[in-house]
Amino acid sequence: MTQVNERASGADDSEPLLDVRDLSVSFASEAGVVSAVRSVSYRLRRGEVLGIVGESGSGKSVSSLAVMGLLPPHAKVSGSVRFNGEELLGRSDRELSAIRGSKISMVFQDPLSALTPVYTIGDQLAEAILVHQDVGKDAARRRVIELLTLVGIPNPEQRATAFPHEFSGGMRQRVMIAMVMANNPDVIIADEPTTALDVTIQAQILDVLQTARRATGASLILITHDLGVIAGVADRVAVMYAGKLVELGAVDDVFYRPRMPYTLGLLGSLPRLDDDERRPLTPIEGQPPSLVALPPGCPFVPRCPLRIAKCSEVEPTLDALPRSGAGHSAACHRSGEVEERGLTSSDVFGVTPTPTAPGASQPRAQRATMLEVRDLVKEYPLTKGALFRRRVGTVQAVSGVSFDIRAGETLALVGESGCGKTTTIMEILNLVQPTAGTIVVLGRDTARMSPAQRFAIRRDLQVVFQDPLASLDPRLPIGDILAEPLATHGASAEACTRRARELLELVGLRPEHANRYPAQFSGGQRQRVGIARALALEPKLLVLDEPVSALDVSIRAGVINLLERLKVELSLSYLFVAHDLSVVRHLADRVAVMYLGKIVELGDVGEVFRRPAHPYTQALLSAIPRPDPQIERRRRRIVLGGDPPSPADPPSGCRFRTRCPKYAQELDDEQRRRCVAELPPLEARTGSDDHVDACHYAAVVPVL
Amino acid sequence: MTAFLLRRLAYLTVLVGVATVVAYFLAATQLNPRSRYEGRNPPPPPAAVDAILDELNLNDKTPVVERFAKWAGGVLRGDLGRTIDSGSVNTEINRRIWVSLRLMLLGSILGTLLGVAAGAYGAIRQYRLSDHLITVSSFVVLAMPTVVLAVLVKNAGIGLNDLLGFTGDWKLLYTTGEITPGMDALSLGGLSNRLAHLVLPTFVLMSGSIAFYSRYQRSAMLDVLGSDFLRTAQAKGLTRPQALVKHALRTALIPMATFFAYQFALLFVGATFTERIFGWHGMGELFVESITKSDVNTVAGVTLLVAVLVLVAGFLSDLVYAALDPRVRV
Amino acid sequence: MAERASSQLLPEQAGAAGGLDATEAVSRTRLVARRFVRRRPAVAGLVSLALLFAVAYLGPFVIPWQYDQLDTNAFLSPPSAVHWFGTTQTGFDVFALTMRGLQKSLIVGLLGAVMSTALAAIVGAFSGYLGGTLNTVLLTIIDLLLVLPSFLIIAILSPLFRDHTWLVFVFLLAAFQWMVTARIVRGLTLSLKEREFVTAARFMGVPTWQIIARHILPNMASFLIIDATINVSSLILAEVGLSFFGFGVQPPDVSLGTLIGDNAGAALSYPWEFYFPSGFLVALILAINLVGDGLRDALDPNAVFQGRR
Repeated sequence: MTQVNERASGADDSEPLLDVRDLSVSFASEAGVVSAVRSVSYRLRRGEVLGIVGESGSGKSVSSLAVMGLLPPHAKVSGSVRFNGEELLGRSDRELSAIRGSKISMVFQDPLSALTPVYTIGDQLAEAILVHQDVGKDAARRRVIELLTLVGIPNPEQRATAFPHEFSGGMRQRVMIAMVMANNPDVIIADEPTTALDVTIQAQILDVLQTARRATGASLILITHDLGVIAGVADRVAVMYAGKLVELGAVDDVFYRPRMPYTLGLLGSLPRLDDDERRPLTPIEGQPPSLVALPPGCPFVPRCPLRIAKCSEVEPTLDALPRSGAGHSAACHRSGEVEERGLTSSDVFGVTPTPTAPGASQPRAQRATMLEVRDLVKEYPLTKGALFRRRVGTVQAVSGVSFDIRAGETLALVGESGCGKTTTIMEILNLVQPTAGTIVVLGRDTARMSPAQRFAIRRDLQVVFQDPLASLDPRLPIGDILAEPLATHGASAEACTRRARELLELVGLRPEHANRYPAQFSGGQRQRVGIARALALEPKLLVLDEPVSALDVSIRAGVINLLERLKVELSLSYLFVAHDLSVVRHLADRVAVMYLGKIVELGDVGEVFRRPAHPYTQALLSAIPRPDPQIERRRRRIVLGGDPPSPADPPSGCRFRTRCPKYAQELDDEQRRRCVAELPPLEARTGSDDHVDACHYAAVVPVL
Repeated sequence: MTAFLLRRLAYLTVLVGVATVVAYFLAATQLNPRSRYEGRNPPPPPAAVDAILDELNLNDKTPVVERFAKWAGGVLRGDLGRTIDSGSVNTEINRRIWVSLRLMLLGSILGTLLGVAAGAYGAIRQYRLSDHLITVSSFVVLAMPTVVLAVLVKNAGIGLNDLLGFTGDWKLLYTTGEITPGMDALSLGGLSNRLAHLVLPTFVLMSGSIAFYSRYQRSAMLDVLGSDFLRTAQAKGLTRPQALVKHALRTALIPMATFFAYQFALLFVGATFTERIFGWHGMGELFVESITKSDVNTVAGVTLLVAVLVLVAGFLSDLVYAALDPRVRV
Repeated sequence: MAERASSQLLPEQAGAAGGLDATEAVSRTRLVARRFVRRRPAVAGLVSLALLFAVAYLGPFVIPWQYDQLDTNAFLSPPSAVHWFGTTQTGFDVFALTMRGLQKSLIVGLLGAVMSTALAAIVGAFSGYLGGTLNTVLLTIIDLLLVLPSFLIIAILSPLFRDHTWLVFVFLLAAFQWMVTARIVRGLTLSLKEREFVTAARFMGVPTWQIIARHILPNMASFLIIDATINVSSLILAEVGLSFFGFGVQPPDVSLGTLIGDNAGAALSYPWEFYFPSGFLVALILAINLVGDGLRDALDPNAVFQGRR
């Protein structure tokens, strides 16, 4: 049925701009037919923001690529996608190219690989314009500068002649948004636009996206796994699981009154920044199903506590809920029941009580010191040029960092990329003398360790890495991976096998799987293997580098709970690095916030989060989107401008002053001179001895 | 930066130096120039042989180090010494590098262009018939050693001549040498004569190039075809062919260009098999002859030249890479 | 972010998100073998290679002639029932000669490739992992060997193995073959060194040589295998080149190179002398290249699965 195509009439406001019906996409693969998208239907109205939420394998990206017609030629697509009444599926490449970029535009996830490396930014932007508009090169140039200014790129005339690799991640993504705005499209699709970015940059880019919407009047489809981002931006939310839409509704409905167990579990498993107590997380057991040869029935069955016999036989359709507001539907046989009884995630999934450490009551000062770092400095030579490699400067990765960790305590180092947190833990793990400063591990100074002592300390100091796929040797079965530390330190083969089984049970895996390879496990399971390996030698101090950031959201809760349990059971101390503050809130006792190689705030985690004193901490906390629409829409945000300075050329005095909102807006010239000239020392300025910060004019601003 | 450049230059000079020294010592100790003079019939008196060998700095009775010092002294003045036939190594090499260049230039350029085009086309039409044909034929050609291919082509040329009735002096396709002796090289007749001499060897040289470039270009293109920026180009509104040519090809050409730059410098080194089969007197022939004739000075001189050319080739290729890929700028 | 659906959606990845299902542990070797067998050209190559091996080593037992045996009744005779491939000017049986040459090529290729790749792997891995002075020294040696014209050097040294076993020649060929691979191995080592499972082993206290042997080299096994197969054909061709001009295998022994070299001029008048040896050489190289290509596709499948195979 064709409708009137022109969008001139104002009465079209209620007609859907984009009408997707029964969209299905499948691929042939070595293992069989992969049904990536299964019968997805949704509508996008003019001016609306639709958020599509899902984890890896949910099909969210593939469905949008299908709308754009950008899937590889061997993908089988069926169903209907109508844009302004016209069918898009099955159209030729030439016809679709006329629509792509001018009526429907797309922003992708990784801006570095999304831009052609050999052409300048200006040329690529101009191309986007010239392909659709018949204007001269000069007119295109002018529009390019206009767009770059709109998205907030400083010095647009100059920067237009630069190449993609000369920009930072945030700047590149702004360029991508400029490209998308160039022809005033009707629909903008943003596929994980901020996932690869730091959290303060993410806040900037979300603002830029809003600017783009206002300037073009376009509707937005925002695809992400981050529920906080959705809560702040979307009008309607679609939740995808295993290629299907499982819940669809207004944002308030989906967040406050979820009716599908997956949504319930997802929302319940999120660690929250504003949790006062350590609210126990409700993990969803298991992992997303393989999309090859899905069994009949609902794909969530293996993980759903509410499953009944019918669920394994008949796949539920997305039906409107009887009692909720118009337009709220869920794909669950028992959603009516959920609605009636007002079930919450803890009702459905149960609650694992948070264990308390036995020594937690003992005051900090009386506990043994596991790790002490004093004035740690680490610098690298900066080389440039592939043709002629030469040294052009020094990267001051870590410039004087001090902290300590007591027995049974968890310290988190937080900060964004380039702050030096990873370098700090690498220095500690290397057990060598740093460029300057001292590191004392379990009572021994690393500068004075003999190789034998170093080897012995390694038993007590172990590490869990971020990427479970990369931290396990893909060529070894996990039994061998677990045995390696034991064998290296002299255990017999028999002892290794026995211990490997013990370890697998300890982390919640099946011991019979010891002869399988890492590739056969899911991400969450692999991370458990990594944790098991770290525990093999019964260490006392465990260093974790972003232990859950590479995992799917619904899996994180399980691993976080595991880490907490192990900490208590085995009397461990943790030093972990993270950029996700909500995880930190949940796991850590104390937190140190780092910026450009220095600690800017340090203290008890509840104290620092509730009463942050340093402007950077305040901005960081403010930048994190909360998965709570009412809060997210109302709260005041502190958005930092610009990019972090280069660690090779840090600003004088206080390193944060170039981006500091306090410096820019609240201080007078006299005070600013002090910020430029004098490095603020780390001192207690807020009344509590334990809570120190590095700002001359620190003032507590409760952000949460 | 200049300090860096100078250091690099010094390193490269040392490399060339060591290579040349090694080659000289090996040649001087292993080859036997004396046998060339003694093997004549009737054998000349030993004193006369000694005298000639001394003059040419090839006397094995003189200590190696002394001979080397004399030779090295000459090299530093620009004189690579005397050949075993009492000629000048400089003159020999000078003449022959241009012969080799003339032999190889056309084949190299044509081969690269056609190979790149074939590879790109094959990648775009992956798994279709055209791709299969191109892949299969490049496979077969790559499996043929140059010498076999050269002989085949030469015989095919002779056969073709006979078939078309060119049995006299004037042929359509020549199979020996660079030009018919006596022809004026620069006249129109001379040029066309040169071309007629070039056709067959160029074909041989081209085939290897086409096969090589098409395979590597194909794989470079395939890598790029899956990249994100190609998808962005299409998302902007370029049709697939437009996006392929403007974005994919341009990026995939970078490795090929660096290969070509490397090869270009080595054109002067010649092709041993092709020159032997088709009777061109270029550097390739000199390579082999200098050893069979036990011509120590020529061996050393050739090694020096080749070492320098290899390093120039590497440098040229790095330069082209930096010029084409903005990520690698100095 | 390993778990995120990558922008390049590979169907294999989409399917693998399911984690441990009922599938048994498929060892990697079996997986590679399965992929290899699916491609007909690769299998054809492997079969041809096996046949060539068989013919080269068993062939001489089937005919009554040795390669160095003269038949004074038949000079320059074309192929016949008595002499399958004809005879040469002096009366040698061309079939026997070709088979002997083929044996040589097979040994040169396989032995030389193993030596060359092994040397490249060790030098490259230690150089890349340890860095420092060792790295500088090894890189300088590599540069030097790359600059020396191998053809000249081996040719000059050829009298040396005139009196000894010709295996010295194979050794020399391999000695000039390993450099480019070593550089690539070094590059691969540098990137593997930063991978987290290597750092994990280091932080466990595993000694360096064990890390290289257990973690680094096995993880570039695909590259090493493919490189070895390329080396096989390069070495065979290098031997042919040298023997062609008389610098390689010395008479009275023969190789395909000497046969081609001796008979290239006679190709028009007495084609059997030339075309049989060259034909077998081409067949050998082709078979090796097919196997190499098949291995490359089986070990690192980048091609999008079309569903047709």
